[in-house]
Amino acid sequence: MNKPINRLFLVALLMFGALLVSTSWWTVLRADDLDHDTANHRELIRAQKIRRGTIFAGDGSVIARSTRDNEGVYHRDYPQGKRFGHPVGYSYASIGQSELERYRNDELTGAKNAITTTFDQLVGKAREGDDVRTSLDPRAQQLALDQIAAVGRSGAAVALDPRTGAVKVMASTPTYNPNTIADKGQLKAANNDDEHTPLVNRAVQFGAAPGSTFKVVTSTAAIDSGEFSPSSTVDGDSGQKISAVPLANDFNQDFGQVTLATALAKSVNTAFANVGEKLGKATMKRYMERFGFDAKPELDYPKDTMSASVVAPNPPGHAVSPTSRFVDVGRMAIGQGGLQATPLQMAQVAAAVANGGRLMKPHLTTRVVDRDGRTVDTISPSLQSTVMKPSTAAAVTDMMVGVVQSGTGTKAAIPGIQVAGKTGTAETEFGAKINDVWFIGFAPAENPRIAVAVTVKAVTGFGGDFAAPIARDIMQELLK
Amino acid sequence: MSARNRELFALIPAALLVSAGFAAVFLSRDQLLGGLSGSNEISNVSLTYGAIFLGLCVVAHLFLRLTLKHADPYLFPLGALLASFGLVEIYRIDDGLARLQAQWFVIGLGLFAATILLLRDDYRKLERYRYLIAIGGILLLLLPRAFSPVNGAYLSIQIGSLSVQPAEFAKIAIVIFLASYLRDTRQLLVTAGRRVAGVTVPPLKHFGPMLVIWGASMLLLFYIRDVGSSVMFFGAFLAMIYVATDRLSFVVVGVVTFALGAYLVAGHIGHIADRIDAWQDPFNPELLNRLQGGSYQLAQGLWAQADGGVLGQGFGQAVLRISGQCATEATSTVNCSLLPAPHTDFIYAVIVNELGLVGAAGLLCVYLLFVQRGFKIAMLARDSFSKLLATGLTSVFALQVFVIVGGVTKLIPLTGVTLPFVSYGGSSVLANFVLLALLLLISDRARRDAELPA
Repeated sequence: MNKPINRLFLVALLMFGALLVSTSWWTVLRADDLDHDTANHRELIRAQKIRRGTIFAGDGSVIARSTRDNEGVYHRDYPQGKRFGHPVGYSYASIGQSELERYRNDELTGAKNAITTTFDQLVGKAREGDDVRTSLDPRAQQLALDQIAAVGRSGAAVALDPRTGAVKVMASTPTYNPNTIADKGQLKAANNDDEHTPLVNRAVQFGAAPGSTFKVVTSTAAIDSGEFSPSSTVDGDSGQKISAVPLANDFNQDFGQVTLATALAKSVNTAFANVGEKLGKATMKRYMERFGFDAKPELDYPKDTMSASVVAPNPPGHAVSPTSRFVDVGRMAIGQGGLQATPLQMAQVAAAVANGGRLMKPHLTTRVVDRDGRTVDTISPSLQSTVMKPSTAAAVTDMMVGVVQSGTGTKAAIPGIQVAGKTGTAETEFGAKINDVWFIGFAPAENPRIAVAVTVKAVTGFGGDFAAPIARDIMQELLK
Repeated sequence: MSARNRELFALIPAALLVSAGFAAVFLSRDQLLGGLSGSNEISNVSLTYGAIFLGLCVVAHLFLRLTLKHADPYLFPLGALLASFGLVEIYRIDDGLARLQAQWFVIGLGLFAATILLLRDDYRKLERYRYLIAIGGILLLLLPRAFSPVNGAYLSIQIGSLSVQPAEFAKIAIVIFLASYLRDTRQLLVTAGRRVAGVTVPPLKHFGPMLVIWGASMLLLFYIRDVGSSVMFFGAFLAMIYVATDRLSFVVVGVVTFALGAYLVAGHIGHIADRIDAWQDPFNPELLNRLQGGSYQLAQGLWAQADGGVLGQGFGQAVLRISGQCATEATSTVNCSLLPAPHTDFIYAVIVNELGLVGAAGLLCVYLLFVQRGFKIAMLARDSFSKLLATGLTSVFALQVFVIVGGVTKLIPLTGVTLPFVSYGGSSVLANFVLLALLLLISDRARRDAELPA
């Protein structure tokens, strides 16, 4: 009877072997798929028990922090409330993460330190998130939000350090309070609010016609390509046919033969439309791409919640290459013709000129610091593209100084500091005199430390009257 | 070294596992880093449950020194090691349950001692009561039918706050009966039969009772709706008949008829069909979100194992308690666990989650060693009854491990049986201690007769 018993043991051996194989199947071979299954909430639940890193503003004040309750679960709160709803976003187990909270999720949850974490677990140390330090300025951010809200229903402002690309202000109105967004119904209500769209970060999403602020791009292309100089003269009469359709200047003013510098200062549409047609689509495309058009921004921010700044004429009603046959290059050269630019993009236009033609990659994060205060990662300034020669940048700067000294942008002037800028007024409803107003600029002109773009939607008036003062106050605050 | 000294030394792994496990769970819950103690705080007193358990092991060892001097030295330490795995994981899930489980160990060891004392002179006197035992076993199986079903099956009966699973005891009764019955008929089954197409067909007179066993398994499936127990009983029966007759044809015929019957019966029982659907596609969102008869538990078990990976998350680190679902801080984790039944049917998934593939391999090795000792005892035993009894007890034990671990790892459709010595539960602990006592009794006799050194 012992032989069958022996065989039975072999059967048992095989059966236990099968159990080991099936356990290996789930723990090793299929583990990765299963761990990342969206129906598997383990990682979310575990993340609640990890101390999520703090997000700091540039002045050291806290933007987002996690506090632990007596169940051992951490809760996120935002001491500055609505101020940084954009661009920092929110982080809750129930609704996930958005904006910078999403982009830096791995650092904030400590997932980036996988190797040390395994070791720490062996010695019984709990996983902890790293802190994220940003360059955001709370006072200038608040000022931007307040002033945009005072002028119009919606709008956005972006301020950068042109030398490093560090973002100082990223304000979008209307905003929302990240402290209450996780409440039942609040997120749904915010998502369904088609009138105010409070969750849209207007600084980086859904660009609009930048109007005359785009003439800075056209001026750069004109001078840097060698086709024009600031003193070249162009026909600035109103009513000239551009792409077979007459184009008017503001108040139908005829300027006759004007220099490029004067044309920028007085924002002469027909003069720049002529420049655009002379340069041609290929040259315009080359310079637009150097400034960052036609591609998603290189910001440390979720790519799917940023829009590329593009030209989307109608027809065909969608984004096309600037060299497309649908593009009216004359109107594109004055920021119309279906051009859609975000405030971040226009701030980068100003920043490229301000930094001698060298456009720096924009970034919100300056450093990632662990719980013991050690710097884990420093985001050092890096070049995005060389847009123009330094001499071109100097010439365009002079022309932009002229805008603020004696042109359409005099309300951006700061006593004692030379400001360079450009106004923009994009008509949205023709005849109704309701415009999107813009201002881009930088200061001090001789040694720029701040570049800014401001836009306010649906304003009855001009960029020089409504957007320029906001830009001035933001720059003044940041230059303190 | 004498067998009992070996046994004492072999208890060291269990002692280490309990000490390390309790310390790790205690530390991980005490929130040393946070300072604030969380809800599910474990009192210092609870650390003594581990010590109580180890004390019991030593007492049982001393008892064996006095009563069964020659018994297999490794079987008891292996059982203790399995129980250590279970006790630590149960402690990790809910320290209150660990206290109850430790109490069950006390009662279990009492029953263990009683079994040994009662049958020490000659356990073969069980043969005399074989029909009584068989009837008792069948009654035990049918008993839950008088109560309301749990998850579609009649598995347990509720007596006050106590839940009893009679099938755990029935499995031992039926194995005793079969061992005794097969001892008498094994010669006749082989020799008195006619050979038809190369297959030995025994006369109906002797084969009849075998058909009764098959019928009982089908009845178990249909009436009690317990696939797990049904597979265990029938599997053990086949193992025993194979050892009794050395005829593979019996096993083949048995497997075919069982499969056929199961196929016919399963289609008519809703919850068995549900289990098979869940087994085929556990991650199907429709099955996953179904409130009754879905695949939620199986999928959670597989996710828990994936979460464990090779090395596991560490003692006390698996995600079980979901804040917000537990009504109060004092609510037992069992009632608001991400993984349903973490302390009973799915304890294997929790072990894999916390100890990883490495821990699972260790646990399976311990089971395999236990099974190896069991079959070894069967081989050493001198008489057929002892051989068959040891074979049957070991087979039913091995099958129980296979049914639940195979179910939790989606190797076979899931059916709820406990993981022997590891799962929480009084019936399971008591029954397995009786099983252990019987194996030790057989081994003591076999080794005393053979006067084997080891």
